[in-house]
Amino acid sequence: MFRRAAKPPFCGTFVMKEIAVLKPEESATTGADLLVKALIDEEVEVVFGYPGGAVLPIYDSLFKQNRLRHILVRHEQAAVHAAEGYARSTGKVGVVLVTSGPGATNAVTGLTDALMDSIPIVCLTGQVPTHLIGNDAFQEADTTGITRPCTKHNYLVKSVSDLARSVHEAFYVARSGRPGPVVIDLPKDVLMNKHEYVAPPKVAVTHKSYRPQTQPDPRKIEQAIEMIANAKRPVFYAGGGIINSGPKASKLLTQLVHLTGYPVTNTLMGLGAFPASDRQFLGMLGMHGTYEANLAMHGCDVMINIGARFDDRITGNLTKFSPGSKKIHVDIDPSSINKNVHVDLAIVGDAGIVLEELLKAWKAKQPKVDQKALKAWWAEIDGWRGRNCLAYKPSKQVIKPQYALERLYHHIKDKDHYITTEVGQHQMWAAQFLKFEQPNRWMTSGGLGTMGYGFPAALGVQIAHPEALVIDVAGEASILMNIQELSTAAQYRLPVKIFVLNNHYMGMVRQWQELLHGGRYSESYSESLPDFVKVADAFGARGLRCDDPAKLDDTIKEMIELKHPVIVDVIVDEKENCFPMIPSGAAHNEMLLGPDDKQSAKVSEEGMVLV
Amino acid sequence: MSKDSAIVAHTISVLVANEPGILARVVGLFSGRGYNIESLTVAETNAKESQSRITIVTKGTPMIIEQIKAQLDRLVPVYRVRDLTVEGPHIERELALVKVKGVGEKRVEALRLADVFRAKVIDAKSDSFVFEVTGNTDKVQTFIGLMESLGLVDVVRTGIVAMSRGGEAL
Ligand SMILES: Cc1cc2nc3c(=O)[nH]c(=O)nc-3n(C[C@H](O)[C@H](O)[C@H](O)COP(=O)(O)OP(=O)(O)OC[C@H]3O[C@@H](n4cnc5c(N)ncnc54)[C@H](O)[C@@H]3O)c2cc1C
Ligand SMILES: Cc1ncc(C[n+]2csc(CCOP(=O)(O)OP(=O)(O)O)c2C)c(N)n1
Ligand SMILES: [Mg+2]
Repeated sequence: MFRRAAKPPFCGTFVMKEIAVLKPEESATTGADLLVKALIDEEVEVVFGYPGGAVLPIYDSLFKQNRLRHILVRHEQAAVHAAEGYARSTGKVGVVLVTSGPGATNAVTGLTDALMDSIPIVCLTGQVPTHLIGNDAFQEADTTGITRPCTKHNYLVKSVSDLARSVHEAFYVARSGRPGPVVIDLPKDVLMNKHEYVAPPKVAVTHKSYRPQTQPDPRKIEQAIEMIANAKRPVFYAGGGIINSGPKASKLLTQLVHLTGYPVTNTLMGLGAFPASDRQFLGMLGMHGTYEANLAMHGCDVMINIGARFDDRITGNLTKFSPGSKKIHVDIDPSSINKNVHVDLAIVGDAGIVLEELLKAWKAKQPKVDQKALKAWWAEIDGWRGRNCLAYKPSKQVIKPQYALERLYHHIKDKDHYITTEVGQHQMWAAQFLKFEQPNRWMTSGGLGTMGYGFPAALGVQIAHPEALVIDVAGEASILMNIQELSTAAQYRLPVKIFVLNNHYMGMVRQWQELLHGGRYSESYSESLPDFVKVADAFGARGLRCDDPAKLDDTIKEMIELKHPVIVDVIVDEKENCFPMIPSGAAHNEMLLGPDDKQSAKVSEEGMVLV
Repeated sequence: MSKDSAIVAHTISVLVANEPGILARVVGLFSGRGYNIESLTVAETNAKESQSRITIVTKGTPMIIEQIKAQLDRLVPVYRVRDLTVEGPHIERELALVKVKGVGEKRVEALRLADVFRAKVIDAKSDSFVFEVTGNTDKVQTFIGLMESLGLVDVVRTGIVAMSRGGEAL
């Protein structure tokens, strides 16, 4: 969960009555000033935004203060992704400010992305004055209507007297329970009317209707311990919920995994929840996960899911998903439980708190694990590991994308670094070949799979961690979706590195066309690409290019040493496919391990309709 | 996977904060996630606390019904979600206004059947009646069915409201 230091987690509607409010004449300020004050009280440091008519009063208030830093992006979608990167890398709420109409609609992709990946965002949108709402006024959009399905919650503030309270509540809703984006729609008259300020409540209070459950049922902890202790072929399956819960949850997960001696796998969103270099780590699971992780999931007798949501990229064919296992599912959101996969024991609660309870109970009980069975299970897993499923054919002529990432990792591993990605093959290779030892170091668009996410997200990360090395692993197609943010990087001197694996294709699309559509590469060639080195130059960034495996190390070193935003155009093998791969509709034990495997796999008709 | 794929109807009571957009949130959830709405009623039930009560009749497999309840409960302005169908005995009622036009034999027969169904006459002209009939869906349906051959011209129904039996509040 996301908490502010030394601040109560909440403010509720009725509480406000208990707070001494100053008389209007003593303290009355405009809505816009109140808003800025409320943001400061919520310990906001940075706002990612873009101005426009409806939010001019807010920009005026921002101008008159110096507590809040405003980062001017070049497109509102990028503002949200930047706030997501900021949030995911810090555990704080990311804040966005956009104008009405087109400002708000441009933010919709980012909001949906944050909803799918459970990222805490508060997005302030301007709105036409209340008396014009519904009149098709200039730059009017039904923002609360449009964003209702892509936010955790939203507010239309109709009176300045509700403004501060709504802001405090929005922060609470965004960061508590299963985090998510919250929109506050602010009509211009509300921003200009005057009212007294309402501070966040001093003591924690419960919201009238919204009460996420963080504490698990103790009886279920007992049952879980029993199931875990009696397992013969166990596997921990940990996801983004561990990251959402905070770094402590990762530590506790690591302890529990070590205490039991069981294997553990992470989802794409969970990478970093458990140290990748640990012997008990099986790598990522799922469609492009490792052989050992997927076969362990398929063959386990007890599956312990903590903070993962049985996404279709994980389960593949549901009817064949881990058929012989008893399943435990720990999740803060009851709607994640029994949604796709029926589980035997559901524990609703915060991952960190549940892990703490599990550890306590395990230490108190000191259960005897069947060591003989566990040894046999590890032997089986080591057999799968021996297949070396991430192996690829090295080349001296052309840079293999996997090789590029191996070399990248070699040069950054001892530096304080953060990785973001765009969407496609390069994203999957990054997940496979870069190792994450800590949480909050890996920012990727998992649920929505938004091309154009990685670069603005990297800017948000760099703002939060000015000294760190921040790298966006990109594809040449994806990077064009928010390339305008180079201007933002230049303005704020953000030395983000864009590491483009340029295969001249929408590689992920090309791969599916090769495997599923008879090699008809319809519209997936990256035609008329710009010269990325010149693009960098035009924006005041630095551009590098490398197409020779022998020179790659030098290029990477140069990239790291440059104190500027850098685009590195790495020309890689056009035809390389991302393996392992579980084709849509197939089961974990039907995965393709490499290019020579493809003949044997026939994708079913049912599989063809899946994405 | 779902062990039971039989589709069943459930009557669900939802206590919500009566604020703008709440109905859109609930209805949007059903349409967005492809759930069925067989019937939906809503009105404020507690003006002091500004609370409304929604009664939804929906159909789905047990796993889907569980999802629907969890999804509803997840909405920020929702206080409580109760599945009346599984949580013990409950009563369901609906009200219909039924307009019948006709003269002579048919008019007399309509009035006679209305009496059997304890439907009230709430408007009468020389050649028409509006009946008000209340009861469970079955009864209302049957009454409307009978009126079809007797000059039925218009029907309006409230949809189901429901409550658990016994002394407990929601
Ligand atoms: C091209 C592409 C390919 C992909 N391939 C793969 C793949 O091979 N493997 C893979 O793993 N993913 C893959 N993904 C990502 C995939 O689509 C999902 O985003 C991802 O698997 C979901 O991760 P998760 O289950 O950890 O859930 P998340 O989306 O991170 O959800 C977190 C879960 O934890 C719960 N939670 C939140 N906070 C807490 C808390 N404090 N305590 C307890 N629970 C909490 C939430 O309710 C939710 O159920 C791919 C994505 C793309 C774009
Ligand atoms: C906004 C958006 N549009 C379309 C897609 C579908 N899509 C997924 S991957 C991909 C290709 C990405 O190409 P590139 O960035 O070059 O990465 P590569 O797969 O080649 O590494 C496309 C078009 C998407 N994920 N997001
Ligand atoms: Mg590409």
